[in-house]
Amino acid sequence: MAILINSSTRVLVQGITGREGGFHTQQMQAYGTRVVAGVVPGRGGGEALGVPVFDTVAEAVARTGADTAFTIVPPPFAADAVMEAAAAGLRLGVCVTEGIPVLDMVRAAAFVDRTGMRLIGPNCPGVMTPGQCKIGFIPNHVGRPGRVGVVARSGTLTYEVIQGLSEAGLGETTAVGIGGDPVLGSTFRDILPLFAGDAATEAVVLVGEIGGSDEERAAAWIRSSGFDKPVIAFISGRTAPPGKRMGHAGAIISGTTGSAQGKIDALRTAGASIAETIEDVVRLAGESL
Amino acid sequence: MKLLEHQAKRQLSRVGIEVPPGRLARTPEEAAEAARELGRVAIKAQVPIGGRGKAGGIAVVDSPEQARREAARILAMEIRGYPVRSLWCEVGLEIAHELYLGITLDRDRRRLALIFSAAGGMEIEQVAATSPERVATLWPDPFAGPQPFEVRELAFSALSHLPALGDGRGRLAAALVPLAQALYRLAIELDAVTCEINPLALTATGALVAADAKLEVDENAEQRHRELAAELAGDVEGEDGSAGGDPFEAEAKRRGLTYVHLPGGNIGCIGNGAGLAMNTLDLVQQMGGRPNNFLDIGGGAGAEKVRSSLAMILTDPDVRGVFINIFGGITRGDEVARGIVQARDELDIAVPLVVRMTGTNEEEGRRILAAAGIVPGTSAPEAARKIVELVGGAT
Repeated sequence: MAILINSSTRVLVQGITGREGGFHTQQMQAYGTRVVAGVVPGRGGGEALGVPVFDTVAEAVARTGADTAFTIVPPPFAADAVMEAAAAGLRLGVCVTEGIPVLDMVRAAAFVDRTGMRLIGPNCPGVMTPGQCKIGFIPNHVGRPGRVGVVARSGTLTYEVIQGLSEAGLGETTAVGIGGDPVLGSTFRDILPLFAGDAATEAVVLVGEIGGSDEERAAAWIRSSGFDKPVIAFISGRTAPPGKRMGHAGAIISGTTGSAQGKIDALRTAGASIAETIEDVVRLAGESL
Repeated sequence: MKLLEHQAKRQLSRVGIEVPPGRLARTPEEAAEAARELGRVAIKAQVPIGGRGKAGGIAVVDSPEQARREAARILAMEIRGYPVRSLWCEVGLEIAHELYLGITLDRDRRRLALIFSAAGGMEIEQVAATSPERVATLWPDPFAGPQPFEVRELAFSALSHLPALGDGRGRLAAALVPLAQALYRLAIELDAVTCEINPLALTATGALVAADAKLEVDENAEQRHRELAAELAGDVEGEDGSAGGDPFEAEAKRRGLTYVHLPGGNIGCIGNGAGLAMNTLDLVQQMGGRPNNFLDIGGGAGAEKVRSSLAMILTDPDVRGVFINIFGGITRGDEVARGIVQARDELDIAVPLVVRMTGTNEEEGRRILAAAGIVPGTSAPEAARKIVELVGGAT
């Protein structure tokens, strides 16, 4: 099984003709993802990487039956692209763009909420269901079909976690990069219930970091819902000083909220095991299965 | 991007929010001139941080001569690393009540929050912590903005804690509607993640005046507000081009590097990816070391970026060793290795470098490093332990 994406997912790529868009779409195709269309305003009627390109998402959906958007367009256009995808009736959108102005995302998140589309990102590495489908740029070689769900704010740190789980023979059902921005389409609190409902996911690894209170809200949900699958949490940023943005726009400790220790405490109280290193993550995940 | 008080007030004034009369002064003579024109004024250091009053950066003066003296004193100050390069000379207000009106990003609700309180002139977080009922919050619909009835609800809730107002309540709530709407529209227009009037002064004559103003523009939106950025740079940068704050961070910004300085640390850290880079510091600390900095080279970094990053870290003489932590996805090990070797040779690096390298092109990368006499490892905790050991008791 898996969550969000699988071998039947039909993906359209917003930004397919860009340098990044083209490169990552090729990697996705090599992985086995069904890319069925591209959307680039003004380039409709053309072709890229073997698929038809359309001027609008609505037209791409009508002509190809795409159900998911991969949005890889520059920051000034990304929020609008996400809204266009949601308005066209897609069930899922994955936006990897970093640097979107946060107030653009405030509007986009509200807009998307009023449609049936689930948004992952922005500023995220994407989603991977090993052996079936990947959207974004989680490296092709790190995943392996298996039993652990992964949900993470980080990028490269997450690739290491996935690789560790794969090499230990545990493998992943689906790995979801939710992103490093302060305003996101989906938070930990939104993804955990999906793993709860996936019979193949036997444990969940949660990779968090300083900033905001997403980890705390996830911990509260774990307790109130009675979520009983083992959770292994790994939180970055214990050394981060308050008030400083640590790379990710959302990785900043403001006043009393957002510290790594606060997140660790909340998750531990909710019954999660706290890993100190990636090796720990893999060991604890293995022990929990 | 944090605006200076006078810039924030100019923006408020532009959208119809009243601010006290004032003049900008960059020299003691200009301050004296302002006092001559305006009479009794408060001379306020213009720095993009709080706490300037406590630091002695605000003085009330009654004469041009006193203005000149105080201006000279304050212009010579540096407040928490920020040199004072300009002063806002402002007429005082007859304040009947100090209120609070602010807008801030609420990440959890994914909306801007509009906050109003009758407890102005204090830290709003303190008020929220000790007497939350005195803080009224509205999360406007991102497309509709705050509606008049919503602002009135906010106002009546907060003003119920100011019984001294009596019949004035209704008038004040009505006056707050266009003010709050204007502030909200301004925040949207400027991509402000914080837009705060504290205190919002209710004067003896019943006017609402912004006695102090803070405005912070979203870093991700800076390219949309270049004139504001240029204006700000003009006000904070000295002839040497430095703008205050941590000088290493200022230098890193000039070089286009994602870098945070941790003064007092002695182990430089580099990682590819923010989470991984943060974890690199955490590992060093776990092993008993003191990280000197955070630096994320991002995805797909080329040799030049790596070289520039190493050079940046080594500008701090406190650095006694550097830990480079690479897990290559899009980032290629051979590229990074080339950058490290280039830097080591060009900069004549004498301190130990420990490199952990795995992922894309790791064998090629490791080969390049080994040939240059730098032995790479594959385990990050091991590499962290190694650099801490090598830097050892260095002070």
